[in-house]
Amino acid sequence: MELDPVLLSRIQFAFVVSFHAIFPVFTIGLASFIAFLEGLRLRTGNPLYERLSKFWIEVFAVVFGMGVVSGIVMSFQFGTNWSNFAQATANFMGPMLSYEVLTAFFLEAAFLGVLLFGRGKVPPGVFFFAALMVAVGTMISTFWILSANSWMHTPGGFEIRDGTFHIVAWSEAIFNASFPWRFLHMVMASFLTGALVVCAVSAWFLLRNREVEAHRRALSMSLWMLLFLAPAQAVVGDFHGLNTLEHQPVKVAAMEGNWERAGGVPLLLFALPDQANQTNRFEVGIPYLASLILTHELGGEVPGINETAVEEQPPVAIVFWSFRVMVAIGLLMIAFAITGLILRRGGQYWQKPWFLKGLTYMGITPFIAVLAGWITTEVGRSPWLVFGEMTQAQGVTPSLTGGMALFTLIGYVVVYAMVFTAGIYYLTRIFKAGLETEHTAIPQVERPKRPLSGSHVSFDDDQESDFRGSEQGGTPHGTL
Amino acid sequence: MGPFDLNLIWAGIIAFGIIMYVLMDGFDLGVGILFPFAPDNDARDVMMNSVAPVWDGNETWLILGGAGLLAAFPLVYSIILPALYIGVFLMLAGLIFRGVAFEFRFKAKSSRYLWDWSFAGGSSLAAFAQGAVVGSYIEGYNTVDKVFVGGPFDWLTPFTVLTGFGLMAGYALLGSTWIIMKSEGYIQRWAYRITPYLVMVVLGVFAIISLWTPFVDELVQHRWLSYFHIIGILPTLAVLCAWKIIHYVRKRQEGVPFVATMGMFVFTFLGLLVSKWPYVVPPNYTLYDAASAPESQLFLLVGLLFVVPVVVAYTAWSYWIFRGKVRVGEGYH
Repeated sequence: MELDPVLLSRIQFAFVVSFHAIFPVFTIGLASFIAFLEGLRLRTGNPLYERLSKFWIEVFAVVFGMGVVSGIVMSFQFGTNWSNFAQATANFMGPMLSYEVLTAFFLEAAFLGVLLFGRGKVPPGVFFFAALMVAVGTMISTFWILSANSWMHTPGGFEIRDGTFHIVAWSEAIFNASFPWRFLHMVMASFLTGALVVCAVSAWFLLRNREVEAHRRALSMSLWMLLFLAPAQAVVGDFHGLNTLEHQPVKVAAMEGNWERAGGVPLLLFALPDQANQTNRFEVGIPYLASLILTHELGGEVPGINETAVEEQPPVAIVFWSFRVMVAIGLLMIAFAITGLILRRGGQYWQKPWFLKGLTYMGITPFIAVLAGWITTEVGRSPWLVFGEMTQAQGVTPSLTGGMALFTLIGYVVVYAMVFTAGIYYLTRIFKAGLETEHTAIPQVERPKRPLSGSHVSFDDDQESDFRGSEQGGTPHGTL
Repeated sequence: MGPFDLNLIWAGIIAFGIIMYVLMDGFDLGVGILFPFAPDNDARDVMMNSVAPVWDGNETWLILGGAGLLAAFPLVYSIILPALYIGVFLMLAGLIFRGVAFEFRFKAKSSRYLWDWSFAGGSSLAAFAQGAVVGSYIEGYNTVDKVFVGGPFDWLTPFTVLTGFGLMAGYALLGSTWIIMKSEGYIQRWAYRITPYLVMVVLGVFAIISLWTPFVDELVQHRWLSYFHIIGILPTLAVLCAWKIIHYVRKRQEGVPFVATMGMFVFTFLGLLVSKWPYVVPPNYTLYDAASAPESQLFLLVGLLFVVPVVVAYTAWSYWIFRGKVRVGEGYH
């Protein structure tokens, strides 16, 4: 079988970008949570918020560090595997990606050091400001990268001369048609991710009766956040979908599994899309609901996939199913948020083991939802790289052979498997160590100003016996 | 072209970024290359501690260079990266392994030896790959209509293998003179001892490359022969720096060898630039062929002028904070 460099490059990009994405998705939400905790601490003076914040800053440091490491790879992917695309779109993609990098570095240089190492060395107000700026900075970074991505879906503000995109209106290019909704949807997804991870970790500690007071508060805060965000995200997602319907109708048709343009289209709960025969093999749906959601009318018309030539259709089954995974998880989040609200009565939300256990498992779901959402939108753009302008086959590196692409794909999988297993293993150790590990103050001069070194937990087994011992002895270090 | 030439400004910025990267990541990669040869484990701790606070700041210049090239000279980005496809992967893999080793080695006890290997192997691999990039740049790229059309291993020739090992030796020299400056006692004595050998290796490779280059590149041959009286200054200064290193190592001067090594790198880099100017994708494309649209260059320049001074100031500040000697048993593990 002939190895296809386009397909392998797509898989490789999907792999490295997915791996990279899970880190910033988490840090964006977490940065705001930390800033919020620092704000509370400043206002109330309660040391409990400081302890919580310290713990989450450690987690933040490791996740941010892994984001930086995996980000190095990203800045070379366009050149190695998509050189025609890079060359054609450099006038726009170059400045956007560079601004994203510049923002991240500016942030790291100016404020991250203070957040990780400055506690007690700068006035509390300055420390809070640094936390706030890190949160804002992650958002600005997101702004640039999502603008670049949105432009590939709904390109604007350009004209093509000699096969090269030239930007004639920067504001139209940066604030392109799908950018506002995509940005909002993504930022809210990041906040949801942060909230759910905090929920899950707090619930995990509560189940073990550790630092109950602190984690109860963290759980309470993040549940309120979830209650507000999960339903709001559904609404924003709907608007994002309507925007896609306007600019990339075939993607929405694939999401709905709707082959023929029709009115009164059902919302399919289950289907096996059959691209060869341009139909679904097995359908279970709720009548009229897709029309209602997309057009806000029962009989509204929904575009069909077959309006687009077969060779310009995205792989329907992937788009259809990844969309359902995302939505299902979203609904699950709403269910947990409402359950949490009901359990507020008498403080049951932090005492019911089944609820806490459920929340612990929910910790992984936002990552799956985010990746499923990205697969929906990115695969839904296929076969286009820049929608309507440049296909993936046109954008790939001409000299790239299938063998080369396979070599690096396997290589990245192996390297990431080794390196990030270590990272995630270390993260679980920080979680296990919890708030109880009170760190001895080390003079600032001897500390490196790097993200990952913001954490103090040992990498392998030495320390574990310590807190195992304390766990058996009931609540360690007393209650607050 | 207007009152000022954006392409030239950007060429200056990129050249500045490259030499900043080479000098700064060079010594910390060099420390990694020398890692297996260190006298003992305490020495390894000191060596790693001496670069741990600054290495990731050093690597930011590489990421900035990658993104900056895409924005300002996309043709360089879209020809050289495909031409070096396998090499770029090896470099990135090396950088990832050593980067993570920095973080986890200090926190590891029983698995520490694994992180030692990860650090040394990753550093060596990355240095070799970067040296091969330099070699491939001197040899030029097989292009048709602004697209690379060569094979996956075009970049791996006897010449690029030599430049690969050459840069490894050069980085190791930066590393050893850095250790001289940052350590004391038996570790410093060890670094003093190996430095002259490294200088000889670097000079040897330097000489072979200089004799070989005119044969792989006619442009260089022509330019060297016609302007030898001007261009000849740069290698002369580089050799003078090499002599200074050995001289001051004998005198047990701590700071001068490192500065002189940086001088060697700067003069060699400048020599390469004047030999190849204005070709950024030799043998066919100049920096004017490779440039992006002026409005794009300008759009990014604004932000760059704002951020780069902050990054430079921050870098200077962290070097200032971590000035002085690193001692055994000291640090943050």
